[in-house]
Amino acid sequence: MRMTRVAATAAAAVLALTMAACGSDDDGGTGTGSGTGTGTGDTAATGVIAKAQSGTLKVGVKADQPGLGLQTGTAYEGFDIEMAKIIAKGLGMQESGIQYVTTVSANREPYIQQGTVDLVIATYTINDERKTKVNFAGPYFVAGQDLLVPTDSTITAPEQLDGKKVCSVTGSTPAKRIQENYKGAQLQLFDAYSKCITALAGGQVDAVTTDDIILAGYASQQQFAGKFKVVGKPFSEEPYGIGLAKDDKASCDKINEILKAAAADGSYKAAWDNTLGKSGTPAPELDTSKLTNCA
Amino acid sequence: MPVFSDPANFDAYVSGFMWILKMTGASAALALVLGVLLAGMRVSPVPVLRWFGAAWVNIFRNTPLTLIIFFCYFGLYATLTISLSDDLILNNFWLGVVGLSVYTAAFVCEALRSGINTVPPGQAEAARAIGLTFSQTLRIVVLPQAGRAVIAPLGSVLIALCKNSTIVGTIGLLEASNIMKQLINDNGDQVILIFLVFAGTFAAVLIPVGYFFGWLANRLAVKR
Repeated sequence: MRMTRVAATAAAAVLALTMAACGSDDDGGTGTGSGTGTGTGDTAATGVIAKAQSGTLKVGVKADQPGLGLQTGTAYEGFDIEMAKIIAKGLGMQESGIQYVTTVSANREPYIQQGTVDLVIATYTINDERKTKVNFAGPYFVAGQDLLVPTDSTITAPEQLDGKKVCSVTGSTPAKRIQENYKGAQLQLFDAYSKCITALAGGQVDAVTTDDIILAGYASQQQFAGKFKVVGKPFSEEPYGIGLAKDDKASCDKINEILKAAAADGSYKAAWDNTLGKSGTPAPELDTSKLTNCA
Repeated sequence: MPVFSDPANFDAYVSGFMWILKMTGASAALALVLGVLLAGMRVSPVPVLRWFGAAWVNIFRNTPLTLIIFFCYFGLYATLTISLSDDLILNNFWLGVVGLSVYTAAFVCEALRSGINTVPPGQAEAARAIGLTFSQTLRIVVLPQAGRAVIAPLGSVLIALCKNSTIVGTIGLLEASNIMKQLINDNGDQVILIFLVFAGTFAAVLIPVGYFFGWLANRLAVKR
């Protein structure tokens, strides 16, 4: 009995050692592989570029914004998704290598900082506060904060929000702007815009506020056809950027080059026409002179 | 603590926990009343009341609290247009309190019912023998002893209620967990610190509560 136990322990120990050896072998293999990859590249690849070379890229996108980033079953579709595909192509990898990760407004910086995602393309407004934590390529689109109201509403400007109930998403820029600039408004917060839209449809809130383009996406959804209108007086400028790790300047520059190329060869316009353009809005010009310097 | 040295953030942190305390207080009172009534129903001689009590407990105890709170907003308020206050924030608060109370009442009821089982049957029989009605028996003889037997489990229910109240954040009340989300969103580099402070505050509030109920249970135990 005693002998069997000793033998078993010994066997287990040997097994563990063998497996550990296997593990370190694997590590060595990968190390050599990526080393070679870097050697053949033009520049020393780090961050997103290196991830793209390895064939997979984790991209944080919204899952509940029609026309921009919408999850249907296991697939994602929308303008942000098309941008991800353009960038993936520009980095020389397959579209199938993109892993989409659902992000909400509040977890975009943490996801980038913790490495949960490599890129964030999720209606992500470039601002100075966020720039201290992440790096931005783009903007690939400039939106503006606006109001979505029922078709028969009398609200025509944000100044008329006094005493009205306005819905937005916890932790988002539009919510903050309402809190700071339109103090008379009562702010209802949810964790997703889809809930705001439900509340607007039911009359519990008088307006939903966020970027005009997101609102337009909801207004054009079939089940809400004719019920809502976008007020059409944007009261902010929201340049949408592509978020990536703070120290990843090389990848950021590369993505800006890809955006320039996409504007020139028409793939940017094609991306628009296949998604948001379906609502009839003509494709905007991508102003390449306004791209960030990735500093 | 760089995040909390900003007075705006600190105020938000305090107000978040104040909402938690207010919700816990209001829901605990409501849930206790409801729970006692339900426990009475579950042991009553009237079949309809027994059935009602059992249905309540089984429905609310086995439904996720998130759904109950959500129903309070989109069901009670949005669809049935039951508004509890004209002020948007207070309305959300009271809707949350309703949800928390009906849910917690199921647990209070079951705790009390287990307490009723600790009261020797001879007590109820003796009460009947001297001519007390059912409600008198329950009120004067059984429930006081049952209540004293289940103080510790009721303490656990209260602690769970306090933590559960963070779920009301899903309908937009800026309670502790929403404030935590907001602070993390604005200070992505101090996620772990923020998380630890919020978790620590809950522990700091609730650990003494646990000990207090343990002490109370000992002190008030029915010596048999």
